[in-house]
Amino acid sequence: MSGRRGESPRRGTAPSLFDGAGSAGAPAPARRDAAPGETADTAIGVADLTTLAKEVLEGAFPPLWIRGEVSGFLKHRNGHWYFTLKDASASISCVVWSRDTARIPAAPDDGMQVMAFGQLSVYPARGQMQFMVRAMEAEGEGLWRKALEETRKRLERDGLLDPARKRALPRFPRRVAVITSPDGAALHDIQSVITRRNPTVDIIIVPAAVQGETAPASLVAALNLVARWQAADVVIVGRGGGSREDLWAFNDEGVARAIAACPIPTISAVGHEVDVTIADLVADHRAATPSAAAEAAVPVLDELVAWLGTLGRTMRAGAERRVTLARRDLRRLAGDLSLRARRSVERRRARLQQVAGRVDALSPLNTLARGYAVARGTDGRALGSVEAFAAGQAFALVLRDGQVDATVTRVRPGGPPRAAGAAQ
Amino acid sequence: MSFEQDLERLEQIAAALDRADLTLDESLALFEEGIQRLRAASEALSKAEGRVTTLVEQANGAIEERDAG
Repeated sequence: MSGRRGESPRRGTAPSLFDGAGSAGAPAPARRDAAPGETADTAIGVADLTTLAKEVLEGAFPPLWIRGEVSGFLKHRNGHWYFTLKDASASISCVVWSRDTARIPAAPDDGMQVMAFGQLSVYPARGQMQFMVRAMEAEGEGLWRKALEETRKRLERDGLLDPARKRALPRFPRRVAVITSPDGAALHDIQSVITRRNPTVDIIIVPAAVQGETAPASLVAALNLVARWQAADVVIVGRGGGSREDLWAFNDEGVARAIAACPIPTISAVGHEVDVTIADLVADHRAATPSAAAEAAVPVLDELVAWLGTLGRTMRAGAERRVTLARRDLRRLAGDLSLRARRSVERRRARLQQVAGRVDALSPLNTLARGYAVARGTDGRALGSVEAFAAGQAFALVLRDGQVDATVTRVRPGGPPRAAGAAQ
Repeated sequence: MSFEQDLERLEQIAAALDRADLTLDESLALFEEGIQRLRAASEALSKAEGRVTTLVEQANGAIEERDAG
């Protein structure tokens, strides 16, 4: 405190305002120049007083945590928050300047038990003591829960928490994007798990701040980059464990919306024991740790190779079965065909033989060959009976080797002579 | 054709061939396609080692992959 106002060494420290008088008790006689406010003549203005009080108070109290119940909470349109913290017997006015509100997860509700960190001071315009709050926590992490709940409700209203939105992770990713701090333990864990499970998978690191005030914007930028790039099969976004504040970026609404908007399936990987983050609710898959995320993202290479082998064998067996079936069909058809052909030929041959036999048996030439003769009239007709003959009629005898012209000398009806035909 | 698509198509083909309700021509055509995809997928898995890169956005908005140390 000393020297802050110190134009004059005599007024070195505020609490010693009157010490310079050298005597306690009654105002000293003006035997030398009176200190400001020491006499009616040196009375100070109200503003001087409140300013002095403010400086004294601020000098006496370092920034500290206080505890109390919130009442009369007011969000002013200038962005500042006003409320009173009280307990059974006392109260103090509090203010949160608008620039500090961003560091507080959510506005407290009246009646909430909170711990506020800040500076005790004086509000000169009213001559009132006030506590300037820079950070705040509620009993049972009430503020975090409230902030979470508010964000969750807004996302839910927009349908972003609908389980039906969740996409299946690719079963066989070749390129895994990892959004995290480039020098965090999370990246190391993810990298080693992926490499152990499947060393052929590409890992694309997308560096982002994962804690602090720049983290939300940094995470959103990284997510947008991956979304624009589109060359990854799956994206892991996360960080290792940390305090509630460390993980807070993963409860950021903008980050949640960027995850939801990512065209590539997302895995949230925020190392935390307590409960889920908003990022977990929005991501397609939630992993409890970065290592678990890597396991969820990448199947083991050996299993993949084995699965390929199984597919190959199934295909081959199926194709072979089909070919065997076709071959059997073909053989059966060929057998049928040759049997039919054979039968058909045999049938024809049998008929031919039959006909040939008959033709042969009926041939008159055969008879002639055996020495018989056929009588034929001049008109060529065979003369098979004595009645076809008349004495003096000319006819011909057809023999095996020629024809004899003859004339009937006499006709003798009656049965054939006993051995007449056998004119061999 | 991505590895994922190759695998999915392979699974379809294996299932279809396994059902054996195809004509011989269909079976053989599928088998041929399956063998090609199987080969492509196996090659992808047998490549030496996955790369580790860092994705960088340049001032002009171009996106670049750089080898990570």
